[in-house]
Amino acid sequence: MTQPRLLARLAAGSAGLLLACGLFLAFFVVPPDAVQGEVQRIMYLHLPAVAAAYLAFVVTLVASIAYLWTRDLRADAVALSSAEIGVVFTAIVLASGSVWGKSTWGVWWTWDARLTLTAIVFTIYVGYLMVRAFAEEPRAAARYGAVLGIVGFLAIPLNHFAVQWWRTLHQPSSILRAGGPSMDPFMLTVVLVNVCGTLLLYAYLLLERYRLESMRQRVMALRLTRGRRG
Amino acid sequence: MALTEAMRRTWAMTWKDVRVELRARERMNAMLFFAALVLFVFNFALGPDREKLRDAAPGLLWLAFLFTGMLGLGRSFQAERENECFEELLLMPGDRESLYFGKLAGNILFMVMAEVLILPLFAILYNLDIWPWLPGLLLVALLGTVGFSTIGTLLAAMTAHLRAREVMLPLLLFPLTVPVILGAVHATDALLAGRGLSDAWHWIQLLAGFDVIFLVVCPLLFEFVLEE
Repeated sequence: MTQPRLLARLAAGSAGLLLACGLFLAFFVVPPDAVQGEVQRIMYLHLPAVAAAYLAFVVTLVASIAYLWTRDLRADAVALSSAEIGVVFTAIVLASGSVWGKSTWGVWWTWDARLTLTAIVFTIYVGYLMVRAFAEEPRAAARYGAVLGIVGFLAIPLNHFAVQWWRTLHQPSSILRAGGPSMDPFMLTVVLVNVCGTLLLYAYLLLERYRLESMRQRVMALRLTRGRRG
Repeated sequence: MALTEAMRRTWAMTWKDVRVELRARERMNAMLFFAALVLFVFNFALGPDREKLRDAAPGLLWLAFLFTGMLGLGRSFQAERENECFEELLLMPGDRESLYFGKLAGNILFMVMAEVLILPLFAILYNLDIWPWLPGLLLVALLGTVGFSTIGTLLAAMTAHLRAREVMLPLLLFPLTVPVILGAVHATDALLAGRGLSDAWHWIQLLAGFDVIFLVVCPLLFEFVLEE
């Protein structure tokens, strides 16, 4: 087995193990939340998906810059693969957040700051994927993708401030905040296990998607050379 | 010396677009007629209730501005694409930045001109007294237009080369410019409600910050969009 394949297997295995433990703990061992009850267990899916989505878009940003710098199509393959997975995780964040919101706020959707921001990020990266699909040649797709990968990411903090001023209803962030996390240490451990598992799952998906994209690039290149000869 | 050269090139680019527009009058006519239609249609959609229309006014005004601006942006690389002279455009000497700023200046100019004409029409149709706050409104309109056009010009150059380009420009541009939309609408709201510039101040700061960031980033990235 080649080395990347081994790496992918390793990532898949450890992700599966961690997520199996983490989700088992989250659904059967951790006591229900004092205020929100059972539904709060969605957090163990919701938060890790947020982490994976943001990591994915950071990777897209870095790979986009790397592509414009080096013009190496491998960087572009990473950017595209990561953006695609990021969109999937963002969709999971939106869906799980919706279910959570329905039972705690009583509505599926509300124009709260962070919900709105997530929806904006989702639309930005769906746009990214569409541009890549609509570009007429692969090199152009890579360039446009890289430009959007950078502009899209830069727009996130600005959007963050804008919607923050606009309105906020979301519960304040419970892990990353001044004065340490506000969560019970055991719950926090379980969350972190799930976060690690999900990030490994992201790594696995990225490796596989990258492999597919490289093969696709090779097929395209082969077709081009054959077209030129014949 | 180098700076004046660059400015001369920028001006040449803008002047070319303005001259094309002066001769053909395609873009402004379409934009203005469209804006008027939008203002009419809003009225039908919301009903004739004056109070309701007044509450919705800042949002409606900016929707009219942005839809019209979108129409203008969509046309900004049309002539080059239709006549297949993108390559000739790239032959322009000097940095690509002057090309970008030239196109940007033209886009801002057309959009601001449309806005200046939409504003009185809007005031009349929706029965609003805008005149005391005109300087503030124009400032907000200018800042919003610059922010919308910086990314808009970059994306217009990109989408001109895509299939389904008419759909792709708004699809990409609106999510990226949400801060502009929010900032402009809320600043306008504060002004129209008579709360003055001080109340709109942090929104104006947001708009200005957005403008500065993308005035730096977009010209740098433009080079990569227009590569052959």
